Amino acid sequence: MPGMLASDVAQRLARPSRWTPLEIVFWLVALASIWLLPNKHLILTEIAILALFALSLDLILGYAGIISLGHAAFFGFGGYAAGLMAKHALVTEPVLALVLAGLAAAMLGFATSFLVLRGSDLTRLMVTLGVSLVLREIANRYSDLTGGADGLQGITMAPVLGMFKFDLFGHTAYVYSLVVLFLLFVVARRIVNSPFGLSLRSIKGNALRASAIGIPVDRRSIAIYTVAAFYAGVSGALLTQTTAFTSLDVFSFDRSADLLLVLIIGGVGYLYGGLIGAVVFKLMQDWLANITPQYWQFWLGLVLVVIVLVGRERMGRWGAPIRALGGRFAKR
Amino acid sequence: MLTVLFDGIAYGMLLFVLACGLSVTLGLMNLVNLAHGAFAMTGGYVTVVLVNRMGVPFLASVVIAFFATAALGALLERTLYVHVYAKSHLEQVLFTIGLVFMAVAAVDYIMGSSQQFVKIPQALQGQINVLGIGVGKYRLLIILVCGLITLALQLALMKTRFGSRLRAAVDDQRVARGLGINVNVVFAVTFAVGSGLAGLGGALGAEILGLDPIFPLKYMIYFLIVVTVGGTSSITGPFLASILLGIGDVAGKYYAPKLGGFVIYTIMIAVLIWRPQGLFSRPTAR
Repeated sequence: MPGMLASDVAQRLARPSRWTPLEIVFWLVALASIWLLPNKHLILTEIAILALFALSLDLILGYAGIISLGHAAFFGFGGYAAGLMAKHALVTEPVLALVLAGLAAAMLGFATSFLVLRGSDLTRLMVTLGVSLVLREIANRYSDLTGGADGLQGITMAPVLGMFKFDLFGHTAYVYSLVVLFLLFVVARRIVNSPFGLSLRSIKGNALRASAIGIPVDRRSIAIYTVAAFYAGVSGALLTQTTAFTSLDVFSFDRSADLLLVLIIGGVGYLYGGLIGAVVFKLMQDWLANITPQYWQFWLGLVLVVIVLVGRERMGRWGAPIRALGGRFAKR
Repeated sequence: MLTVLFDGIAYGMLLFVLACGLSVTLGLMNLVNLAHGAFAMTGGYVTVVLVNRMGVPFLASVVIAFFATAALGALLERTLYVHVYAKSHLEQVLFTIGLVFMAVAAVDYIMGSSQQFVKIPQALQGQINVLGIGVGKYRLLIILVCGLITLALQLALMKTRFGSRLRAAVDDQRVARGLGINVNVVFAVTFAVGSGLAGLGGALGAEILGLDPIFPLKYMIYFLIVVTVGGTSSITGPFLASILLGIGDVAGKYYAPKLGGFVIYTIMIAVLIWRPQGLFSRPTAR
């Protein structure tokens, strides 16, 4: 825009990083659910974990434009890391184990990011899918360590921070997951609104032009891929810790595919997309599984097909009034 | 050793017939069709119903399976796939995963989740001795049929007018359109034939690959390996890739059963890193 002062530009760029009232309401509702829905904590925990996982995919897909069919690789890696640490009493404190599991997944993410950076969308799809399949095969192969097809059993979780014991009704688990989700969300929010996050968006928009204005495309992509792997690893570890169990299922293709659906429902490239998508997806899945226990996948598939055929842009326009409302609140 | 090789070739030929349709649709319309396996599954189930429940002869059922699946492919192409050509790869992936989920659940609903077996006629069971090697008759049949199909495809692609139109469209769609080739029709026909071939492969392969509702998910990665390793610019690439994959997979399962699919996936990743465009692709003009 011509005639715009540097301060205007700075202000414009800074605006998204301010917390809007709608966002605060969102998190207050999430907080209130701890007391308002005490008998729904099990499914709410699942939602929080899925939301964190979706957040992770959104970081690479929505912001850097890296498409992945095998994001479950990091989820599963973190899950097994947390499970093994707890089972063999290597690190008993859950929060520390959570961070370590996330770091382990991040290391895997860093190592595989070099594979993912090469080639086109199709190659990326194949490589990410391949990595998750290879991990699944490895987990299956070393069944002495991982329990193979039976899953990793006999995990006993120590109390969180040595104070809060995991209970049968999932109260601790939910509060724990929600706190982790919130903290990591705040970090993700900082990341995407920072100059680093803006550079990612420009890479997604046009990698060639981004490199022409001096953005190190490869290095930035590797960085965000590693961060996203950390997030996915933490969400996988959360699942293991809150259920005291993990199995080969964490690497499955369905998990990666469902995750894409979550993100598409909620919206890509906007952090709340993953959170809202996770809520809608889990409620829908729960509802469908109640009606048709065996065939709910059919309706899930139908939702995917319809979303693509109708077009995300058109659906985005239906959601526009809500966002406009949020924007109006923000301006006041 | 030779038996392993033989089984591997049969398996690879089967994979080629299953996946060649996918490689053409990917090359031609840049369409990532993860639902390709669903067509193969359809062919398999059509054969199961025809042979086991209606008593139609096996070979006739296989031919019917081809036409039934081709018709289904043409129908879906005209009604649904047409709308996603122009969309991004992400949306194509989502769309076709959705189709896979629907196919899996629908087949589960209609046919049940247990594995189905086709009753193969007596004449095709057992082994015969060829040059001192025990050779399964059914696998021999597969090699023959798939070999003939491959030859026919190669001839159709290289010698017929349709084949040259198809190749022109793959090489440069815009210029082909400019020359008056109706690319949409070429694509619809190719999609139908590709789906039909997948159905045929599914019908023939039900015995070897196993047929249950999760077939499309189980073999999706194999089809994708064939396509990505073989490249999309010819059918010789996918053919060689299929044979290699078939032999590699059978040998892997035979000599190192504990490793499972590990070897193949690792090789695939290595190939993709080494040559992202596929092992056998020629450099494109663009």
